[in-house]
Amino acid sequence: MSSNASATVVRTGAGSRFVIYTLLILFCLYYLLPLYVMVVNSLKPLSEIQAGGMMALPDEWTLAPWASAWSTAQIGVEATGLRPFFVNSIVMVVPAVAISTVLGALNGYVLTKWRFRGDTIIFGLLLFGCFIPFQMVLIPMARMLGIVGLAGTVPGLIFVHLVYGIGFSTLYFRNYYQQFPTELVRAAMIDGAGFFTIFRRIMLPSSGPIAVVCVIWQFTNIWNDFLFGASFSDFDSQPMTVALNNLVQSSTGVKEYNVHFAGAIMAALPTLLVYIVAGRYFVRGLMAGSVKG
Amino acid sequence: MSQGAQGRRGGNDWLREALPKIVLSPSLAMVLIFVYGFIIFTFYLSFTDSRILPSYELVGWENYSKLFRIRAWDTAVSNLVIFGGLYIVICCALGLALAILLDQKIRAEGFIRTIYLYPMALSFIVTGTAWKWFLDPGIGLQAVVRSWGWESFTFDWIKDGDMAIYTIVIAAVWQTSGFVMAMFLAGLRGIDNEVLKAAQIDGASNVALYRRIVIPQLRPAFMSAFVVLAHMAIKSYDLIIALTGGGPGTATELPATFMYSYTFTRNQMGIGAASATIMLMAIAAIMVPYIYSELREKK
Amino acid sequence: MGFLDITNVTKSYGAVKVLHETDISVEEGEFLVLVGPSGCGKSTLLNMIAGLEDITSGEIAIKGRSMNGVRPADRNIAMVFQSYALYPNMNVGQNIVFGLEMHGVPKPERDKAMNEVAELLQIQHLLDRKPGQLSGGQRQRVAMGRALVRNPDVFLFDEPLSNLDAKLRVDMRTEIKKLHQRLKTTIVYVTHDQIEALTLSTRIAVMYGGHVQQLGTPKEVYDNPANMFVAGFMGSPSMNLFPARIAVENGRAVAVAQLADGSDVSLPFPEARGFERHDGREIVLGLRPEAITDRDGADRNSGAVHVVEAHVEITEPAGSDTFVGTQLGGKPVTGRFRADVEVHAGQSFPFAINMEKAVAFDPKTEERVS
Repeated sequence: MSSNASATVVRTGAGSRFVIYTLLILFCLYYLLPLYVMVVNSLKPLSEIQAGGMMALPDEWTLAPWASAWSTAQIGVEATGLRPFFVNSIVMVVPAVAISTVLGALNGYVLTKWRFRGDTIIFGLLLFGCFIPFQMVLIPMARMLGIVGLAGTVPGLIFVHLVYGIGFSTLYFRNYYQQFPTELVRAAMIDGAGFFTIFRRIMLPSSGPIAVVCVIWQFTNIWNDFLFGASFSDFDSQPMTVALNNLVQSSTGVKEYNVHFAGAIMAALPTLLVYIVAGRYFVRGLMAGSVKG
Repeated sequence: MSQGAQGRRGGNDWLREALPKIVLSPSLAMVLIFVYGFIIFTFYLSFTDSRILPSYELVGWENYSKLFRIRAWDTAVSNLVIFGGLYIVICCALGLALAILLDQKIRAEGFIRTIYLYPMALSFIVTGTAWKWFLDPGIGLQAVVRSWGWESFTFDWIKDGDMAIYTIVIAAVWQTSGFVMAMFLAGLRGIDNEVLKAAQIDGASNVALYRRIVIPQLRPAFMSAFVVLAHMAIKSYDLIIALTGGGPGTATELPATFMYSYTFTRNQMGIGAASATIMLMAIAAIMVPYIYSELREKK
Repeated sequence: MGFLDITNVTKSYGAVKVLHETDISVEEGEFLVLVGPSGCGKSTLLNMIAGLEDITSGEIAIKGRSMNGVRPADRNIAMVFQSYALYPNMNVGQNIVFGLEMHGVPKPERDKAMNEVAELLQIQHLLDRKPGQLSGGQRQRVAMGRALVRNPDVFLFDEPLSNLDAKLRVDMRTEIKKLHQRLKTTIVYVTHDQIEALTLSTRIAVMYGGHVQQLGTPKEVYDNPANMFVAGFMGSPSMNLFPARIAVENGRAVAVAQLADGSDVSLPFPEARGFERHDGREIVLGLRPEAITDRDGADRNSGAVHVVEAHVEITEPAGSDTFVGTQLGGKPVTGRFRADVEVHAGQSFPFAINMEKAVAFDPKTEERVS
């Protein structure tokens, strides 16, 4: 949503303004409640939670649940903590985001500035690929990864995210480049610039905002993915979301809620951080991605 | 029309002309193989007797007729109707209400917007974990209220086979309603203020203003919100796994979890493929007209 | 063979033909303006000269070399765009020499050329700025600088002034004309503004519906429009067109038109126009507003001024002139009176009609009758 668009001209009286603010604040509490629950309970001993003190601030503040979640908690069969899986997720996300963004930029450039017969159909095919239920590709993808030897590996996951991320990155860049004046491209052609020169010298320098949006979107989606992680990874290539779920769902022993909450925050922290730092772009990206087909 | 340069004739010119298509082709090839090729493959499997491994023995419509006789599939479909319906309606209602409230020249609008929207940045696994323990009667809301002195307070939907599906709605609405709010807010900001001024001069009350003038103009935003929410509902998987694991029993199974468990844990790949095909059909019924109309408008 | 030859060129998008067979030959140093309403095919023709769009059939040649299939960059042309199309990420200097850089001109030469052009256009002080920091007029200059620095065979202008406000547009128009007179370059210039076309060009191609309606000098096009479209499009206020009938009175051809009160008036054509052979023919008579004046404002050198008493329906003082409306042949007709003539709506007033400037059209074909 553009920050320069102004609020409504509808006028409201003092009484209704009081009601409006009260409602808005109540909803702030509603949205913040689960975050509050996660944070305070990750900082208190298990006994306080079991005693029904989930909403209270800790009596005894402790970082032990965090330490446990990070390095010693039982994930599946081994007590490795979430650290190795956090690393897996980072190693998976960075190349997948980088490559899908670059390809998306090139695709968007071709689809808007070098149009040819059938380009709209190609874009439609790419776009629909974003929205298919991935259940439809799980079986053949598992087979294919097995055949090429990428099953249960991080490179395999990178590949999967790349394939299914291209549609969205192309969508973003296409919509952005569509607004980019074609006359600039024509001027550059008359000046003698070729395909890649125009992309590098004319398009890319103006692509900062959309690149940020695309990177944030891809990062969030790939980091938060669970289905592909659960389907195509082995124990030692699991991403963070899968490991967190294993931690929470493990049926052996006492349920360490405080450790679960600490782990959940760890899994949420990278995307949350990105959202807080670049939130305005993020919102704009969500809008562009879903409102504009 | 943004027709590009037209170099042609001669070897170099051929390359120059083909270059854009060459650049596009790896992406196109990947999508053609790994989206459309795989869709065809799975579609084919849904007519075979595949069990633990793909088999190429055709069995006609058997998987589909079996599928519709499985109780769990029945549950999954009716759960999807309940969940999807409530999820879409509540998200839209809440999102619209919040957007209208937030559009009233609110101080700290940006800050409030950030709070409403941050759940969207979270993984459904994180959301599921947080709500799973918050709704757990043993330690969560019920235990807390009881510890405050209201001994008879009961809120154990997550353990109740009839009510558990509604906890999925609660968590899903929490995660997505802020995003729907943002879509409506963008729609509100796109409305011509002069029209509102004219209506005010015509003597319209604020309620009439919104009911008669503003909300009808939000049709495109409603359309987009519906498409996004419906497609998310059909694809819902992570949240169920994290929040209820499909239980208690099969009370919160959705088609996505059904497909996964039949394919990979129960080794009924043919039936799994059939269920995935039905999911695809449902999504295509929503997305294809939408994408088609969007691309046509842009021409 | 001219300097720029457009021979039998057409353009179709699928089944839709947007430009019909077109032949224009431009001499070196000529300033050709393509003018017409939007959708007339003028921009398409310009883009085809630039090589930005394919030619469906025909040939475009520059200096006798066929340009069919030649890339825009290799045609030795330069173009000034409507939006100026300045590269937003480069400063003014980089914008100007980007084309030279792409053509492999070494840096010292680029800098020399840049400084010459900057001096010519008086934009030396802007060289380090980004396009976003410039006013509309400054951007316009930079866009022209970028074209000039290439020293091309042909300059192409695509509605370069339409994004400027009225005052600046007039100034830049004068400047472009001066530049052309100084540099003697060959220019093809597209506009929808007929005043731009008349002031700038050495020749005008008036286009409509994918056809060149008339190709000629500004004076030819203005005084002797080839058809009713050209007559109505060129000139402001536009030429009065009203139905009349040719008759021969006392051996001399006259145009008979109806006044507002229903009576007929006979407007004698000048002798030697040869309209006598059209006796009895229905025509549409065309008279420019400046050919309908008050009695003292009439052209003294004209031998065919005819005074008609007519009903004044409206007066529109426009400062330097007053436009006076009446009716002829059932159509509203506007005359251009001197500003200080005392004339009021509702009056009956003598109108001086200069029939030397009159043109006649066939009501069906809309072509000129001669």
